[in-house]
Amino acid sequence: MTTPALRTRPTTDTEPPQPPRRRRSAAAREGLAGWGFVAPALAVVLGLTIFPGVWALVLSFQRWDGFSPPSFAGIENYQDLATDASALAAAVHTLLYTALFVPASLLLGLALAVALNRRIRFIGLYRTAIFVPFVASAAATGILTTYLFSPQFGIVNNVLRVLHVPPQGWLEDRAEAMVVIVVMSLWGQAAFTTVIYLAALQDVPGDVLEAARIDGANNWQTFWRVVWPQLAPVTAFVGIYQTLQAVQLFDLVYATTRGGPLDATQTIVYYLWKTAFQNLQFGYGSAIAYGMFFVTLTATVIVTLVQRRAGRNASR
Amino acid sequence: MTVETRVLETPNRPDAVATPAERTTPRRRRRLPFSPWHLLLAPVALLFLLPFVEMFTTSLEPASEINKFPPSFLPTQFTLSGYTRLFAESDILHWLLNTVIVSASAIVSHLVLCSLAGYGFARLRFPGRTFGFLAILATIMIPSQLLMIPTYVMFARLHLVDSLGAAIVPWLASAFGIFLMRQFFLSLPAELEEAGQIDGCTRLQVFFRIVLPLARPALATLAIFTLLGSWNDLVWPLVAINDADSFTLQLGLTNFQGARRTDWSLLMAGNVVATLPLILLFLVAQKQFVATMASAGLKG
Repeated sequence: MTTPALRTRPTTDTEPPQPPRRRRSAAAREGLAGWGFVAPALAVVLGLTIFPGVWALVLSFQRWDGFSPPSFAGIENYQDLATDASALAAAVHTLLYTALFVPASLLLGLALAVALNRRIRFIGLYRTAIFVPFVASAAATGILTTYLFSPQFGIVNNVLRVLHVPPQGWLEDRAEAMVVIVVMSLWGQAAFTTVIYLAALQDVPGDVLEAARIDGANNWQTFWRVVWPQLAPVTAFVGIYQTLQAVQLFDLVYATTRGGPLDATQTIVYYLWKTAFQNLQFGYGSAIAYGMFFVTLTATVIVTLVQRRAGRNASR
Repeated sequence: MTVETRVLETPNRPDAVATPAERTTPRRRRRLPFSPWHLLLAPVALLFLLPFVEMFTTSLEPASEINKFPPSFLPTQFTLSGYTRLFAESDILHWLLNTVIVSASAIVSHLVLCSLAGYGFARLRFPGRTFGFLAILATIMIPSQLLMIPTYVMFARLHLVDSLGAAIVPWLASAFGIFLMRQFFLSLPAELEEAGQIDGCTRLQVFFRIVLPLARPALATLAIFTLLGSWNDLVWPLVAINDADSFTLQLGLTNFQGARRTDWSLLMAGNVVATLPLILLFLVAQKQFVATMASAGLKG
């Protein structure tokens, strides 16, 4: 019953053309089948994105605590946001995390990929050891972090003690807390950049390397002059991807410092969560979310355009 | 999938991108009985394993050992008291069961809905197909925190909040899953399906009997993506579930952490319960995990 197209085609040669009604119903049936396949997933995905996305925009122009009727606020939420010192501080903390995490994760991933991209003994064990932290949840990583970096009992300060370095406050120190979070993020996510770079390294054509070697380049030169430029598109992709992830940091902060000490690790999403779900300011929370979305989207578009232009100039 | 799984295999050019240490003069290399890369890789690998080692040993240590000053690097006494107290004083098994329910429902639904939709977008012609697919792609750009507030309100109105349903529904399907499956089906030759159709199979029969068995690698990637995401999710359960009966593992653990600040053996025992299933699965199916990582980053 399913393949009207296949079954009707041979008959059209010998018989008078199919009545248009019949053909339309065949197309309609195919159309119906198509929508039958995609509709459930489409309904879930669009229902959980487009609809709440538009609603959040509406909310950002309202004052609402979730219970009493919402009132219209115009652009007040956005005006408040522009002068909100806590939001500004949260943006600075988020940028600090991003500026530390993204370059570190790219460099670490590249270094690990180069190191792991060879056939030596135990290489499988090394890969497993470096990749397995990827499965640790933010909650588990958070608990581990507070233990490893605990000023009294932590192994990190214990190592420092042996090296005769004074113990540090780590998560309890305003200047050090974000660094600790960066380090543990790297522990959990190094696998991702490493895997991407490993795949990219293996795609570098062998004859190009051969040519460089014949021309007398040493390995260091070959890597930075031949391999590294080949990796540029991957670096761009991973850099943008990691940045978009980094500006959304929440889980690890919640599981370690809860934004402290003295708000030093309060990121934008943490501030958004606090505003919406602790202070019940749904309107203002939505304005923070849209403000952040607008800034990241603009930045992403600009970076992509600049990169595309740079790529075009380079290829010219 | 072949591109991603290659990562685990050894490169055919062992020293393809060898760097200075490896290249140094042959004289130097003869002096070391092993590749100098071991000198870098072994300590780095140990460093990456250290947090897990600390997690396991601490979960087995008595408090007297952990709180000793100065702390010792290697534990001398072992006890199961962290675990016995964990099971007695927390609902960890209940949280574990909740998480298993959430992840299992998420995986089943994700695989069915996303592969159906991916196949529809890849193979069937219907009005609105391009528009529908572009709409799906566009949603990938929307960050999740933008949707948190209205989704919470929506779920509250549907009486989903504080139930496991709140944790499951966002994982029923995803734009990433649809995209992944569509790309996979586009890479399959269509001849097999045509043969099935000529033999009189219906569209659904072709899909379930011919196409899905071929899609196993893509389905494995998607299953791991869904498992990691739903098992480890913290922010959404935190927003949508306040009822201790519906706590997931991650939510229960962070809550417990707040209550038992420095009861380390207890907290680490909880960490082991939450992490060990994924670690074991990773050791068994490393190839598939790597394929998943390569096809997209997850973990926010």
